[in-house]
Amino acid sequence: MAEAAQDLLEMELDPTSEIMSLQMGPSHPATHGTIKFWLKLDGEKILNCDVEIGYLHRGFEKMCEQRTWNHVVPYTDRLNYISPLINNVGFALAAEKLLGLRVPDRCQYIRMIMSEISRMTDHFTCLGMAAAEAGALSVAFYALEARETLFDIVTEVTGARLTVSYTRVGGVTQDLPEGFADRVRGAFVDIRQVMSDCDKLLSKNRIFIERMSGVGAIPVDDVVSYGVTGPLLRACGVAYDVRKAEPYLFYDRLEFTVPTGTQGDNYDRFSVRFEEIRQSMRMIEQALEQIPPGPVRVDDPRVTLPPKKDVYGNIQGLMNHFKLVIEGVRIPKGDIYQAVEGANGELGLYLVSDGSGRPYRVRVRPPCFFGMAALGQMLKGCLISDIITTFGMINMIGGECDR
Amino acid sequence: MTRATNEMPDTGLLSKIEAAFPGKIVESSSHYGYDVVVLKRDDAFAIFATLRYHQEFAFNLLSDLSATDFLGQEPRFELVYQLYSIPLNHRLQVKIRVPEDDTWAASVSSLWKSGNWLEREVWDMFGIKFTDHPDLRRILMYEEFKGYPLRKDYPVNKRQPLVEERDPITNPWPKR
Repeated sequence: MAEAAQDLLEMELDPTSEIMSLQMGPSHPATHGTIKFWLKLDGEKILNCDVEIGYLHRGFEKMCEQRTWNHVVPYTDRLNYISPLINNVGFALAAEKLLGLRVPDRCQYIRMIMSEISRMTDHFTCLGMAAAEAGALSVAFYALEARETLFDIVTEVTGARLTVSYTRVGGVTQDLPEGFADRVRGAFVDIRQVMSDCDKLLSKNRIFIERMSGVGAIPVDDVVSYGVTGPLLRACGVAYDVRKAEPYLFYDRLEFTVPTGTQGDNYDRFSVRFEEIRQSMRMIEQALEQIPPGPVRVDDPRVTLPPKKDVYGNIQGLMNHFKLVIEGVRIPKGDIYQAVEGANGELGLYLVSDGSGRPYRVRVRPPCFFGMAALGQMLKGCLISDIITTFGMINMIGGECDR
Repeated sequence: MTRATNEMPDTGLLSKIEAAFPGKIVESSSHYGYDVVVLKRDDAFAIFATLRYHQEFAFNLLSDLSATDFLGQEPRFELVYQLYSIPLNHRLQVKIRVPEDDTWAASVSSLWKSGNWLEREVWDMFGIKFTDHPDLRRILMYEEFKGYPLRKDYPVNKRQPLVEERDPITNPWPKR
């Protein structure tokens, strides 16, 4: 028995035999992310692909249980670190809902604008890298240039490019800087130019189309069954978008369309993301028109830190500050599931509170986890080179997938 | 403090579910805009199958599955399923309570393919077995990991023993 198993193993390891086993990863230059594929190959053709994740597991959910509610915010930055603001917003929304708190309108608009900027940075990273891996390196530089323009804006607002920690339970850390709207509108002029350049380079490019078109598609029922959401699901023609289906913040006040594809292949996934960037710009422009003046945090001593003048000036302020920092915001007992539309699909937060200042349980539904689960089926019958484009389109972010 | 309205218009989903499964719903409630039902572990699979395929419910997306460890309470674990129906746009949270000395639940991976990896994660993190699961292996942790890290009695600063180097010829990887 053991000998037979070893014979089979040796046959699979032998490159001249019919079926070859190959372990691709966990540190492969073409897969941006630590991930391992256990491949069964017939020549270049993939017979079976078993995906192994978990190389970037840091115990996010366990760590969150040790900290106060607001201490969790920096941890959420490190989930999907290309679009950290969406994670911040999702967590804050869930905690506030559990608290029964309604944040000021201006704060909700700011969160919406920053989420959409984050979605754009995420899509630019994904599209640029996917194009680079398919051989169009110049597109990657154009896309990264556009992304940096947006990161500059994010830096101006939050103080950091990626580790932003911008939201708090009950608001955001600071208001938008002076001249923010004009800067954003100015940046969008450049970004529209970049997008038109990328479009010209790729949309009718035969090499690109042949690498992407018809690759990685699986039946739409399977896509839904695997729990895949976001651009990958919309590429199959299912217009499921949390922003439309269960509007949170003020998404119901904005006009936007949900782009969909027809084939569900990598080309459609690429096109859907491309169009979503345009829709995000449209949303931000509308939100900048609508945003009212006002406070960006709730005025409630149980949730919001007092102004520094009170902390150093009177005993109530000092005590309030101390209690909020050491014990944290107290959230009533209960549990909640809050879904927001992350850049790669439905980002869900399931929070359980036991009434103390610390979360009892924090669970994140990472959108790319489900894409990775479906990847094995997507790759069956494809070639090794198709792994790169399909994996790129799933846009797996290790920090989020493995937590 | 400004209170947000958590009341949602009654979609009638809960009453439909209670009518479809009389006597099988342990608890039901409605908050934060979605409905919650608690099921008995033994009935759960049949009810899930109806919720998945019956056109009145059509929950075609198993959004999420996770567990919570209520250490010191009986039953100790609670499995939480987040179901969503794309065609009908409604959401349902299903909970199943699992006692400590008998940690199993029926696998739903034959109904939703996303169940496969989600259940592997719950097994990995909480040590809850799923019967009839096709491939119940650890997913985020490595095979040699001792214990279940998200259980409340797993210390946060616990160290794991070093894993010996593996010779893939004498000790091959499990078949995949």
